[in-house]
Amino acid sequence: MEPILFIVFGAIAVGGSIMVVTRRHPLASALYLILTLFAVAALFVLRQAHFLAAIQVIVYAGAVVVLFIFVIMLINVPESRLPVERLTGVRFLAVIVAGLLILEGALVARRFGLAGTPAADSGSVEAVGRALFTDYLLAFEVTSVLLLAAVIGAIALAKKKI
Amino acid sequence: MAPLAIDGGALLTSVTSILPEIAVVATALFVLLLDLAIPEERKNLLCGASLVGIVVALFSVVALGQGRIEGFSGMIVHDGMGAFFDVVILAACALTLMMATGYSEWEATHKGEFYALLLLSTSGMMFMAKGTDLMTVFLGLETLSIPIYVLVGFHRNRMSSIEGALKYFLLGAFASGFLLYGIALIYAATGTTKIPILATMLYDPRILASPLFLVGAGLLLVGFAFKVSLVPFHMWTPDAYEGAPTVVTAFMSAAVKAAAFAALIRVLLVALPGMQPVLWKVLWALAVLTMTVGNLSALVQDNVKRLLAYSSIAHAGYVLVGLVSGDVLGGQASLFYLLVYAFMNMGAFGVVILIARKEDEGYDIAHLKGIGFRYPALGALLTLFLVSLGGIPPTAGFVGKFYLFSAAVKNGYIWLAVIGVLNSAASIYYYLRLVVAMYMVPAEGEVPVPRPPRILFSMALCASAAVVVVLGVLPRSVLEIAERSVLSMLM
Repeated sequence: MEPILFIVFGAIAVGGSIMVVTRRHPLASALYLILTLFAVAALFVLRQAHFLAAIQVIVYAGAVVVLFIFVIMLINVPESRLPVERLTGVRFLAVIVAGLLILEGALVARRFGLAGTPAADSGSVEAVGRALFTDYLLAFEVTSVLLLAAVIGAIALAKKKI
Repeated sequence: MAPLAIDGGALLTSVTSILPEIAVVATALFVLLLDLAIPEERKNLLCGASLVGIVVALFSVVALGQGRIEGFSGMIVHDGMGAFFDVVILAACALTLMMATGYSEWEATHKGEFYALLLLSTSGMMFMAKGTDLMTVFLGLETLSIPIYVLVGFHRNRMSSIEGALKYFLLGAFASGFLLYGIALIYAATGTTKIPILATMLYDPRILASPLFLVGAGLLLVGFAFKVSLVPFHMWTPDAYEGAPTVVTAFMSAAVKAAAFAALIRVLLVALPGMQPVLWKVLWALAVLTMTVGNLSALVQDNVKRLLAYSSIAHAGYVLVGLVSGDVLGGQASLFYLLVYAFMNMGAFGVVILIARKEDEGYDIAHLKGIGFRYPALGALLTLFLVSLGGIPPTAGFVGKFYLFSAAVKNGYIWLAVIGVLNSAASIYYYLRLVVAMYMVPAEGEVPVPRPPRILFSMALCASAAVVVVLGVLPRSVLEIAERSVLSMLM
């Protein structure tokens, strides 16, 4: 069952991301991005990484892409004035780079083999939480300082009158 | 899963190892709240409160000493190296705060957020300098960078400030990506991000030769090279330094560089000695390129801030000279130089702040004309700092360069030392050009009146000058501390 599901969701993810970069209207791209992210979340579930899957849906599909869509709707460029892209050297270069990346992925997979399923519970909420609050406690806390700094910085730059 | 047992003793040790950082973050939060409670005309209190916090943090560093305290299951360590850089970073932050007292009023940037961001950035630097896990290093780097991006753009209605901030932000985000990707590849090759464990993994020649690891180490180096602005990753430096409020420029040039070098030194000396046979060629080339390009570009600058920006690039090259050999002697010289550089560069920027009449008029060298005899104290101070930057005895800059180059010679990198000395000689030209402008070019019309410095501002300048002179004459004790720091890191 698992290989079939993997192929189905993998195909959805790849197809979705191709649609993201080929759609003309940015809103359509954003919606396909949500589809892709959901498919990747399903792949995480197949790898027993339940926590990561939930976070993927909540943070990326739920928050980040919604923000994208807000911005696209606020700018609201009419269909007729959307820029027309031509096939340029950049696009050609992008394909080459993508090819290199695939090659690198293959290299990693070959070097380490397919490691098999990780320990059954390593991706569970409990295991992630345990790691986060024991071994990676400091990283967790420093991240909170980092986010605080980012929030203060954003306000300092954006506030009308300081 | 078994219920989580909390080890009280380990937790206490962990908290002890980051006491100075806790003090700095707590001060930042306090300043942020205090900002809301006090009226507009009493904002100087914020600066005072921040300074008190920095002093508390300094005391806690001294109290912890150079002993080795590992915390948070090997994510961070307080050792001699960490203590040394904590002191350098905190001193740079204190000098910045003291200079900000007058500056923020002259330039109307008096905002509570300024102090909070400065302190948060400082805490990030300290985490980075003490991190023994590449994840801590990365998080520290981000925590130090994001407030700096904002501070560079703090003059929101000045084009150059916003331009500098945007350039720095975009390139900095890219560099962070490189660093993170490098860490990910190293993790893929070795299965660890802990710096001491990496060192033992590298005894295995298979890992050392694996393309994953080599690419990862290369990307890691690129990320660091960007932050300390080594050529060819220096493109952002002149624009960001010129656009930023001058106090922030001073802070960036001293503290950011020190923190990034601290992490780089830890990675090079602890994690990668196994790579030394390959690595030294890369570092050699980077050092030579950085010194030469930095100095040659500085020769043709007419804007004092841009000139000091290129000079800071060149100085990053000098520090790298000490790291090429990857031994204690060179590391010790680099540590000493970073300390000295922080003080002399911040001093030079401090005098420049006073001489500039209004920030947006630029910092043309022509503004220095006639300052020397009309305002002897300012002239003498700037001359002292520039002479030290140029590396002329009996200043600390000379001692620092002497130890850097002699470490290179002792390890057999004779050509590197020769190129360094030649570069140093070339740099004297543009430093003395400023001195000549101050003393020997008659001013046309009235000599501009410098800004009257606040007491704290004068104290900051005098303290920097004192450090430059004292370490120039009696460097021994600090050099010994630097040596102990490197040794305690390698233990």
